[in-house]
Amino acid sequence: MTDIAEPQVGGEVEKVVIRFAGDSGDGMQLTGDRFTSASALFGNEFSTLPEFPAEIRAPAGTLAGVSAFQVQISSEEISTPGDEPTVLVAMNPAALKSDLSRLAAAGTLIVNEDAFEERNLEKAGYLENPLEDGSLTGFTVIPVPMTRLTREVCEPLGVKPRVAERSKNFFALGLVSWMYTRPTEPTIEWINQKFSGQEAVIAANTAAFNAGHAFGETAELGSLVVSIRPAELDPGTYTNINGNTALSWGLIAASQLSGLPLFLGSYPITPASDILHELSKRNEFGIRTFQAEDEIAAVSSAIGAAYGGHLAVTTTSGPGVALKGEAIGLAVSLELPLIVVDVQRGGPSTGLPTKTEASDLMMALYGRHGESPMPVVSAHSPSQCFDAAIEAARIALTYKTPVMLLTDGYLANSSEPWKLPDVDALEPITVEFATETNQVNEDGEGVFWPYIRDEKLTRPWAVPGTDGLMHRIGGLEKADGSGNVSYDPGNHGRMTDLRQQRIELIAEDMPLTSVDDPDGAKLALVTWGSTWGAVRSAVRRAREDGLSAAHVHVTHLHPFHRDLGEVLARYDRVVVPELNMGQLVKLLRAEFLVDAQSVNKVMGQPFTAAEIEDIIRRELAELEG
Amino acid sequence: MTDITITTKKDWATDQEVRWCPGCGDYSILTAMQLMMPELGVRREDTVFISGIGCAARFPYYMNTYGMHSIHGRAPAFATGLAMARPELDVWVVGGDGDMLSIGGNHLIHALRRNININILLFNNMIYGLTKGQYSPTSELGKVTKSSPMGSVAEPFNAVSVALGAEASFVARTHDMDRKHMQEMFRRAYDHPGASLVEVYQNCNVFNDGAFDAVSKRANRDAMLINLVHGEQIRFGADHERGVVVDATGEAKIVNVADVDEGSLLVHDETRPNPAVAFALSRLASGPSEPTPVGVFRAAKRQEYGSAAGAQVADARAAGAGDLAALLRSNPTWEVT
Repeated sequence: MTDIAEPQVGGEVEKVVIRFAGDSGDGMQLTGDRFTSASALFGNEFSTLPEFPAEIRAPAGTLAGVSAFQVQISSEEISTPGDEPTVLVAMNPAALKSDLSRLAAAGTLIVNEDAFEERNLEKAGYLENPLEDGSLTGFTVIPVPMTRLTREVCEPLGVKPRVAERSKNFFALGLVSWMYTRPTEPTIEWINQKFSGQEAVIAANTAAFNAGHAFGETAELGSLVVSIRPAELDPGTYTNINGNTALSWGLIAASQLSGLPLFLGSYPITPASDILHELSKRNEFGIRTFQAEDEIAAVSSAIGAAYGGHLAVTTTSGPGVALKGEAIGLAVSLELPLIVVDVQRGGPSTGLPTKTEASDLMMALYGRHGESPMPVVSAHSPSQCFDAAIEAARIALTYKTPVMLLTDGYLANSSEPWKLPDVDALEPITVEFATETNQVNEDGEGVFWPYIRDEKLTRPWAVPGTDGLMHRIGGLEKADGSGNVSYDPGNHGRMTDLRQQRIELIAEDMPLTSVDDPDGAKLALVTWGSTWGAVRSAVRRAREDGLSAAHVHVTHLHPFHRDLGEVLARYDRVVVPELNMGQLVKLLRAEFLVDAQSVNKVMGQPFTAAEIEDIIRRELAELEG
Repeated sequence: MTDITITTKKDWATDQEVRWCPGCGDYSILTAMQLMMPELGVRREDTVFISGIGCAARFPYYMNTYGMHSIHGRAPAFATGLAMARPELDVWVVGGDGDMLSIGGNHLIHALRRNININILLFNNMIYGLTKGQYSPTSELGKVTKSSPMGSVAEPFNAVSVALGAEASFVARTHDMDRKHMQEMFRRAYDHPGASLVEVYQNCNVFNDGAFDAVSKRANRDAMLINLVHGEQIRFGADHERGVVVDATGEAKIVNVADVDEGSLLVHDETRPNPAVAFALSRLASGPSEPTPVGVFRAAKRQEYGSAAGAQVADARAAGAGDLAALLRSNPTWEVT
């Protein structure tokens, strides 16, 4: 063993964006995730963007099979996974071909040169080897024989070459960890835990990781080494969390805060399935998860559980919401609490199952038969999915209504540091079940009428088993009060009004619009959902450049924040960037008669902050011109 | 609940006007149910009727219990959620042949497969009634209806065969002309732990009148209904002169008892773990125009879904109830000071 000198630090930077790209079987998600964890423990701010194909294992070495993980590491607050990677790790030619265009000018390219052989080049569609034909001029290219070096270091351990090869992602991780002066202990520890009992795998992965770490030194790549100081975050305990996990934990928290057992009826669908997985692991919280035979049974079972007094949830993505539509209409009519989580993905139809989009807003509001209003809430960052889930539950349980909670594929899989809340300080959710009759019949006997309303226009929730409160509810129109079947025209009109009014009333009990506008700008960018992150970064950067733009964020899409119209009226120009063809913008124009302008991106990817900054510059120029 | 609650038929009826067509078979089914309920000694409060859409699906409005008239075909799914959430409740599902076997076929088979503790009553009238007379998934080949003016060319389902094929642990058949038999079948369904399916031949006197006359009219019953009695040889006819045997291929056949060795007659065993013989019995009649078995085809013991799922939750909680603060710290954490 040779002494390893202290790396010669090339400098200190505020942030870096690294993209790990390789074949689906190369373990890029794991590599990125480990690098992120090490950075988290080191104290950096971070934001991640995992991107993977819909196929589990597309043909090896092809463009279709490229899986990538992008992470931004910073010493400052950030809200996006970064616009352009400054470092691209390409494990094969297909990864280089598919992701090179993203790399920043003069960026650093680390490639596994062993993978650049004829067959792989051909599969990726390269006629010439890009490592040799001069096409990469302008980038700092570091070719590393990762496969060979991993095999060599594993050989003395008695690990078969084919098995050893699988550890090459740990070589890459070791090298990048060295470049960014990440601590190695957390990764070594993780390897030991994760592969506990598989000694050969532990040995191979550890050896590859250490070899990668040492490689930078021996190959004299010291000039590349940079450090990123820990971020100055609020004091507290932090963890690294993605949106699906945060949402699952938010549902568990809502169950505890309301004292109601959690029931999840779900059918597997990308990118929502991880919520089903997470909650299925948490039996100790008294959760019942039900993997139904289809999307319709999933929501139906949840409504059945809601009738039985549980905090009922169904989780899905856009196509699933389409299938659940009729049952959600029933929940509107039954006025039972229900949370419908839509982790949006690219559509229509199967569309882009693993990519993000925010194109289900209109469906959330209007994608049902008849007049069937229901509240719609959205989450805007991975960790904030925790709060959004609690808010959806609060509205559902307080107002006895189905609630749509919108997240998206980006929020679902991306992660960021999350300052853990004090669970004792979370606001309890008060739930009252009916226990008494509320009417007297002709014979002077107490009877229960399920559709007598309180001041919130909410009807009583009487669960089966309650003494004397037997009643029937159903999808047929109900007489106001008694809940008996009624075909009376006036009654239907009244019930339609009541169903609408009671949802509109919720606005009184909702937070106001979130406005970030320290200097009274003329231009406002209005966001909902995950577009919050890119716009937040962009307006802050713009302000540093002396440009003034407000960021107006809408968390509640139906009903709208009660001050939203007034907020929008303050601005000379209102621009709404959306990951759809302009859905919120139509609602704002219809609701508030505001001349809001739409900016669209429907490419399966979030906005970058740079794209938003361009919009700000363009709009301000027009305003001033 | 071990306490017996004393109720009468009247206690189980609601104040709602029953709106089935006069003469509909559903009336006698409702009466049978309201008569049977007091026998169970249960509370109305612990009883829930859930239905889908169709004439049969109006049933919950007339039972003074908790109830939900849900959406077309999905009643078994609503019931599954409720039964999982509240295993102490008695959950009944009511639907017709269109509801259960057409639009809701998927939910029916999966509820039966899982063996969730619900009692499913399938009112089979071999027609769509509420939509005014289209052929249903149980309508016979050649059936002329508004949507099949030249006769249906779709092979019908045999509800009992479907249920047995779906791993049902309890399957029975009865008919709306025999109140006592209905009561007995409902009671058997209630007693069975797990999913129970009771097919009720039900006359639709408006759109398919007399569909079951050949087997269920009093004068025809002896010759045309094969009463399945556990532990007894399967025999029928006024003088028990006909019987059922299973041949070497596993097919059930009707024989004249006089023509065979009496010992070769099939002895009915509801509890056989293998549903093959029950399935063979279900195939004896291709429709209610041939001698048709009624009674319990199968009542086998099998793991009940809700209690198995509940046991997993209980086991996990036995090791310590969930702690939210600890959950949030279950992945690596770091301190910022």
